[in-house]
Amino acid sequence: MRHHDGPPADLAVVGAGPAGMAAAVEAARAGLAVVLVDSGARLGGQYYRHAPEGFHARRPGALHHGFRRFTRMAAALDASGAEVRLGRRVWAVEKVTGPGEDDLVAVHCLAGERDERRETVLARRLLIATGAHDRPLPFPGWDLPGVFTAGGAQALLKGDLVVAGRTVVVAGTGPFLLPVAAGLAAAGARVAGVFEANGRFGLAPAVLAHPGKLVEAAGYARRLAAHRVPYLGRHAVVAAHGGDELTHVTVARLGRDWTPGARRTIECDALAVGYGFVPQIELATQLGCATRGGGDGPAVVVDEGMRTSVPGVYAAGEPTGVGGAELAEVEGGIAGRALAADLGRDAGRAPGSARRRAALTAFAAAMTRAYPVRDGWQGWLLDDTLICRCEEVPYARIKEARALGATDARSLKLLARPGMGWCQGRMCGYAVARLAGEDPAPPRRPIAQPVRLGDLAGEPGPPDFAGPPEPAGRPDFAAGEDPR
Amino acid sequence: MTAGHPGEPGPPAPGHPGEGPPHPGHQGEPGTPRPGHPGEPGPPHAGHLVSARPEPGFPIRVDGRPVTAVPGQTIGAVLYANGIRSWRTTRAGRPRGLFCGIGVCFDCLVTVNGEASLRACRTEARPGDEVTTG
Repeated sequence: MRHHDGPPADLAVVGAGPAGMAAAVEAARAGLAVVLVDSGARLGGQYYRHAPEGFHARRPGALHHGFRRFTRMAAALDASGAEVRLGRRVWAVEKVTGPGEDDLVAVHCLAGERDERRETVLARRLLIATGAHDRPLPFPGWDLPGVFTAGGAQALLKGDLVVAGRTVVVAGTGPFLLPVAAGLAAAGARVAGVFEANGRFGLAPAVLAHPGKLVEAAGYARRLAAHRVPYLGRHAVVAAHGGDELTHVTVARLGRDWTPGARRTIECDALAVGYGFVPQIELATQLGCATRGGGDGPAVVVDEGMRTSVPGVYAAGEPTGVGGAELAEVEGGIAGRALAADLGRDAGRAPGSARRRAALTAFAAAMTRAYPVRDGWQGWLLDDTLICRCEEVPYARIKEARALGATDARSLKLLARPGMGWCQGRMCGYAVARLAGEDPAPPRRPIAQPVRLGDLAGEPGPPDFAGPPEPAGRPDFAAGEDPR
Repeated sequence: MTAGHPGEPGPPAPGHPGEGPPHPGHQGEPGTPRPGHPGEPGPPHAGHLVSARPEPGFPIRVDGRPVTAVPGQTIGAVLYANGIRSWRTTRAGRPRGLFCGIGVCFDCLVTVNGEASLRACRTEARPGDEVTTG
């Protein structure tokens, strides 16, 4: 069981998706000692998730848009000298005082997937490139087996080559629904419909103004048409039904504010549903990095070199605002060069990357405006609809808490306990905030990942830094989001 | 618009071997999508889309029943590929399986070789694994 070994690295990168990989390549090429950690078993993050070696895929990128960019980056990473440590869940980061040096950052990991062991990476600088996860909305039956987040159905297909169902419905909002539906259809599922709660993609002015995105959108539209997949705007899945598993869904036409109107039923054994993404920023908030709100937030505030408000801590990709893989890679490259320059190395120049970042950020902002979540979804809820899946908190209990005077999300959590379970509020946090009439607040998770107490109790921390905060909560797990 | 036209395979029956969702292809038949094979053991996860030639699978057991895993595949994917979509019951008695698929939601917790609370979507199958549902 090692905590840390050897001298501190120059840079620890958390997250081996497009942003983390690009940053590690640039920084290592410039001569920095880089350690790149990721919780997954393979490089690539969610966007470039791909099948394990055991499948011997001859066309591993057939399920991806732009997979060649990933293979190029992976080769560059291999040649760069950066140290890659996969299968590491980071549960805490903190500033520590190094021997006779400036502050260091300690990245506390759990290594391995079954018998996890503690491992700490010490580094002079930290880059947070932790990506995002799906933003689900609750609706009756959303906890039935067979209901997936859109990203979950995509992950099962890309990462394990398993199709979520024979007959699949895709629903939610945003352009991400299209590649999910196209992938499932190509893999042999019957996609019974794509139901976009806002307007259909491809008609948004921002897409028409962005040729690359327009071509990509047209490609998905063509593939869906070839499989005769209906794609409807202003519709949503408002309920999922079945006994032990999903058997059918109710689809409703939506009003402008998403108030459900006329309904019909569609048989299906899988549903892939997603209403955008939530940046994973709890490592940044642990360190006190400034955040901002907005439709794609809360997100970490960064400057033109991807520096956060905390000296020595950088962020790139979705944590700075949801913008997709292409923007993440650009931001990672910018961060890697800025890190190298800030540590006195010459990272060379990448003319045009600031301009590309600005253009892609503008496109992402336009997408956020075109695909908002409207509060009419609250009209889908029944008294027994679970809001929090982990703690099984029904809507009725949220209403009771509100009647008792819980008028903000924090009080709702203390009274009704949504978001206090294993997922630490990641799945219901957005919904709970909106049910309290608030925009989602930055996460407060002193422990960024549920940790088995035995794994924490195993060994004391090394003497040169203060131990992590003591966990509290479940007898066997330290998990819940801090309600304070 | 409804699913389940006559002549099309219906939704898989819960927990029946070989009635899983379609796999994206099969060994030796690159480019040929086929539906599942009801009543037969689950086919290898070859993936016509990516022109895969998977290594021979290895057996694991699910509640004593043997199923085949491809090296590197997660327990959750192996269960799904074999038509098992629900493997945990909440305190309130509700069935759960995969949801987020990326290790965030903790809905897919499963017991492997007696070790509880492992995320099926993140835990790679190993030869000889004994998976317990319930």
